[in-house]
Amino acid sequence: MADSQDKTNSSEEPQEGIPDIKSQIDKTVDHLKNPKDGSLWKSVIRHKLDEKPRNRTLAVLTNVFLHLHPARVNRDAVRFAFTWGMGGITFFLFIVLTLTGIYLMFYYHPSKGQAFQDILFLTHDVPFGNILRNMHRWAAHAMVLTTWIHMFRVFMTGSYKKPREFNWCVGVLLLVLTSLLSFTGYLLTDDQLGFWAVTVGTNMARATPGLGHEGPFGPELGFTAYNDVRFALLGGSIVDANALLRAYIWHCIAIPVIASILMIVHFWRVRKDGGISGPAPMMLKSEAQL
Amino acid sequence: MTEGLMIFAKFDWHQIGEIISTPDNIPMVLLMILIPYFTWYALKQARENDRLIAQLEADPEMAKTHHRKRFPMEKKWEPTVLVWPHLLKIEFLAAICVMVFLIVWSVAFNAPLEEPANPNLTMNPSKAPWYFLGLQEMLVYFDPWIAGVVMPTVIIIGLMAIPYCDVNPLGNGYYTWNQRKYAITTFFFGFHVLWILMVLIGVFIRGPGWMWFWPGQTWDHHRMIYETNRNLNDILGLEGAVWAALVGIIAIGLYTVVTAFIIHKLYMKYKGDLYARMNLLQYGTMQVLLIMMISLPVKIFLRLALRVKYVMVTPWFNI
Ligand code: HEM
Repeated sequence: MADSQDKTNSSEEPQEGIPDIKSQIDKTVDHLKNPKDGSLWKSVIRHKLDEKPRNRTLAVLTNVFLHLHPARVNRDAVRFAFTWGMGGITFFLFIVLTLTGIYLMFYYHPSKGQAFQDILFLTHDVPFGNILRNMHRWAAHAMVLTTWIHMFRVFMTGSYKKPREFNWCVGVLLLVLTSLLSFTGYLLTDDQLGFWAVTVGTNMARATPGLGHEGPFGPELGFTAYNDVRFALLGGSIVDANALLRAYIWHCIAIPVIASILMIVHFWRVRKDGGISGPAPMMLKSEAQL
Repeated sequence: MTEGLMIFAKFDWHQIGEIISTPDNIPMVLLMILIPYFTWYALKQARENDRLIAQLEADPEMAKTHHRKRFPMEKKWEPTVLVWPHLLKIEFLAAICVMVFLIVWSVAFNAPLEEPANPNLTMNPSKAPWYFLGLQEMLVYFDPWIAGVVMPTVIIIGLMAIPYCDVNPLGNGYYTWNQRKYAITTFFFGFHVLWILMVLIGVFIRGPGWMWFWPGQTWDHHRMIYETNRNLNDILGLEGAVWAALVGIIAIGLYTVVTAFIIHKLYMKYKGDLYARMNLLQYGTMQVLLIMMISLPVKIFLRLALRVKYVMVTPWFNI
């Protein structure tokens, strides 16, 4: 008896602490109306969004992509006139190349004969294939150019000087890798243009002093067309199936990985070397203790 | 010379159009706009800074209080700004502009695709991609082991050596010409003349058989040029393998000593203060790199003016 009494009691008067269904619904609707107070939102964005300096600082510092930046920078350093945005644009092009490149990889087999067919298929049949191939091609050319211009800017602002010497050297390696990325990509279309460009390019390796079979001291050291550096690069004595596979792996995996690592170092060092070099207060000759 | 005049008589616009509209040469059009533009832009800012530097040098009172940038600055302004929004908005905008540019470019021009690769059908001219054409151009004057292997290596090492050899403390983080005349001139010689100009020659001037075709000259696939280039020792009338090597050693040794001496004299005269800050390794590296850099136009001159094939001939390699 006592038991049933209890049950009826509990169904009529809710126990303290357990809300009724209506207030539950109200609360949920409230949350949906103000998602920023909900735990889902707060788990993603961990600060308020009012336009206060504190929040704007947190917006940069708590975001893994943006925390590449400091929270504040020298007021003139954001001027386009100083950096020409060239380092940033180079990096952006690298991202565009990675994304369009992944798309192209879905349709491409790095095997002799098939490769050329795949390019034809990409340009004519794959949805957005042609424009993405074009974008990959042109962004690659543009990246080589912007890297040069970035280097030119860094030179002209004397930004390689103390304490940025090492980062300049990292930059030089990136310059080389950028050319190599572009160059290894050239062969992948497996057409006349790429084939002969790469043939001309790798023929130079024959002449490597001490390592190529036509280079100074190469033959004396026992190098032939079948064991010298060119053979190692091409995986054969001519530009053929093995060369295509090697170019593919260098192009799609090895060089992008190495370049990404160096870019991480490059950006890290920009920060650790005290941020962007300028525009710095100008030094006078009389102060330089020359 | 007559060949040069003939150009004006029958300027081949079609040939020029064909070269420029080759899809992979479009970046060259960009390069020809952007490199001169940014060179001008850098020098313009350098001039403006130099003017302010001169003012500050002349007026020590001003030098003490001035914020030393040519950009306006007021006391009540903070010296730094928030990255969000001041930097990020520029980055987002730049990203959008680059994206629009790329999309327009990609809609307007298709990436090239030639016939399938055919080892039996040589392309003529057979060119490396444009960014390597500076090196390919050097193949005209140097053997492949120099143009294709030594030069790229020296360029990479040389670029990396710049921060360690340039001991000038001035001009760190701002555009200036007056404070870095020597460094900038050297860089222009390397970048604009020995790199960009050679790339442009490779792209626009070199035609079939890697022969020289002036802009507007038709690329004639049957053209022949008979050049008799002779080795230096033969020109001097000293024949035989021993002379071929010996003359080379003497000539290169002489060139090195004379060039090093001239560089040294000039450097002491104008840059004595910097010399005092350098150690021997820094100075030696700078000398070696400069001597190698200057040797390129010297060899080009020897070939074009005196028809010298090799300066030095040995059983293993020729220079
Ligand atoms: C893949 C190629 C490269 C990428 C993505 C890249 C990216 C960047 C970025 C984003 C910055 C920040 C400032 C700016 O945008 O100008 C920077 C600064 C810098 N870069 Fe690069 N860079 C590359 C290649 C190079 C090269 C080739 C050099 C020199 C040979 C170089 C040397 C430097 C130096 C010294 C700084 C510090 C400049 C300063 O503090 O003013 N970088 N780089």
